[in-house]
Amino acid sequence: MSKERKLGRGVAIAGVGMSKFGAFPGQATRDLFVDAFQELRGTVDKGLDPDDIEALYIGNYSSDLFEKQGHTAPIMADWIGLTPRPATRIEDACASSGVALRQGLIAVASGLYDVVLVGGIEKMTDLPIAEVTDTLATAGDVLFEIPAGFTFPGFYAAMATAYMDRYGATPESLMRVGLKNHDNGALNPKAQFGSRISAIMESKKARAAQKGRPVPEWESEMAFLHDDRANPMIAWPLRLFDCSPVSDGAAAILLVSEAIARNFTDEPLYIIGSGQASDRALHDRPDLTTISSARVAGRQAYEMAGVTAQDIDVAEVHDCFTIAEIIATEDLGFFEPGQGHVAVEEGLTTRHGPHPINTSGGLKAKGHPVGASGAGQVVEVWKQMRGEAGERQVPKDVELALSHNVGGTGQTAVVHIYERR
Amino acid sequence: MDEQRPFNHHSFQQFLNEHRLMGSRSASSGEVFLPPRPLDPSTYREDMEWVELSGEGRLVAYTAVHIGPTAMIEAGYDRKNPYVSGVVELVEGPKISAQILGVDATNPAAIAVGTPLRVTFVDRGKEEEKRTFLAFEVID
Repeated sequence: MSKERKLGRGVAIAGVGMSKFGAFPGQATRDLFVDAFQELRGTVDKGLDPDDIEALYIGNYSSDLFEKQGHTAPIMADWIGLTPRPATRIEDACASSGVALRQGLIAVASGLYDVVLVGGIEKMTDLPIAEVTDTLATAGDVLFEIPAGFTFPGFYAAMATAYMDRYGATPESLMRVGLKNHDNGALNPKAQFGSRISAIMESKKARAAQKGRPVPEWESEMAFLHDDRANPMIAWPLRLFDCSPVSDGAAAILLVSEAIARNFTDEPLYIIGSGQASDRALHDRPDLTTISSARVAGRQAYEMAGVTAQDIDVAEVHDCFTIAEIIATEDLGFFEPGQGHVAVEEGLTTRHGPHPINTSGGLKAKGHPVGASGAGQVVEVWKQMRGEAGERQVPKDVELALSHNVGGTGQTAVVHIYERR
Repeated sequence: MDEQRPFNHHSFQQFLNEHRLMGSRSASSGEVFLPPRPLDPSTYREDMEWVELSGEGRLVAYTAVHIGPTAMIEAGYDRKNPYVSGVVELVEGPKISAQILGVDATNPAAIAVGTPLRVTFVDRGKEEEKRTFLAFEVID
């Protein structure tokens, strides 16, 4: 299994774009994808002739159930004027567009194509919440896990209880991830929750006053997060603010071969590491405090890139739930097993810390249109690496970055490493 | 034992409906699989036989679900009446997902990983709709 893998030739990112993430009644995935593509065109420094794009790889979890629309990839090609180019949909649950990126990478590295468009799309907010819950649950094992009453928050909550039992973490450890990611999301104009928790508290007070109801008083952000009314339990120990939201959104990435990258930009970002792995249902794993597929995918990506976790300057990780970020930072080697929750408490993962994690706000605050999330992570990587992240720009020079995208509870994980030369 | 039944989820459910927890055991490796599967992925042999599990195990991980899926809402659970789901490790080795009974779902912090459990069966629905769900309860 341990075999040295390398790309057939170098591949670079020459542009990125994303729609705003949020709830957009009346907008279908194709409309959001148009937004992402138009933004991407504007980021290609030397301009993009769409005619140069040779193929599309579109990550999408479940347009079938969310929108009652199957076969979505050709529609995306059509809406941005790219038919008759091949358009392929990739489905690996919430890792769909991380895997689409890998498929696009492989296609360019193989020499088959020089210019490929990778996309991610999802439209979740048209369904009532119970049907969203049911739809997401189909990313688990519907024969043997879902009849037990598990939901997606429930799966990650179970991992949290195993983690808390072994390492002494508390629900407060989890809440600190949410606080940090909301701090970052407040600085991201594309984020669904572009507000710090403190700002959300103030707006709830203002709304109560406006409606003539008793104005709630919270001593601190932690007191707010412990308030069952303000932050209701979803699946213990995960409360509402431990969960990424239900979202609509799209993102797009332009991949080009290294040989022609400078025709598009003087600052291409190179994808130097890529890894992907699969795993069994959650109950069939020996250890529920780690996602082993992410460890395998991470190891593959580090080996291909020839770098280690300590070399990575910024990382976007799959924080579908607060516990998932803690586990991710351990699986990727930023911290030892059991130290991820300590690292959050010590502020090591803030924008100013040694390991900035989810400077975009993460899925938690930016939003989690599941099939678009992996591609959305790359948009943040691009901005941080080029110094274009505005107020949320990390203070250090970013030469190496990483993205980590998980499908289901880790039945799929995909990791990429990016270099600025 | 019941060797005519195929080693799949349908047979597993039929056994549950009879209030029996059945897995498949590979003759070539001796490993017990729960849920049952037809192919032993370590030997690539399809030499399974049915085995009835003791139904005794311990809690590995759990959650109290307040916002449930449609099926659990229809079973009467909601925000005011949450339920506990968990992963249970059986004494024979395999682990399985199941509802956990005999614990206070409104005080989940008091539930301990490692709690000894015993299998129980929950019948839901009537007549043709009737189906049995796997559950475990705390051993007093």
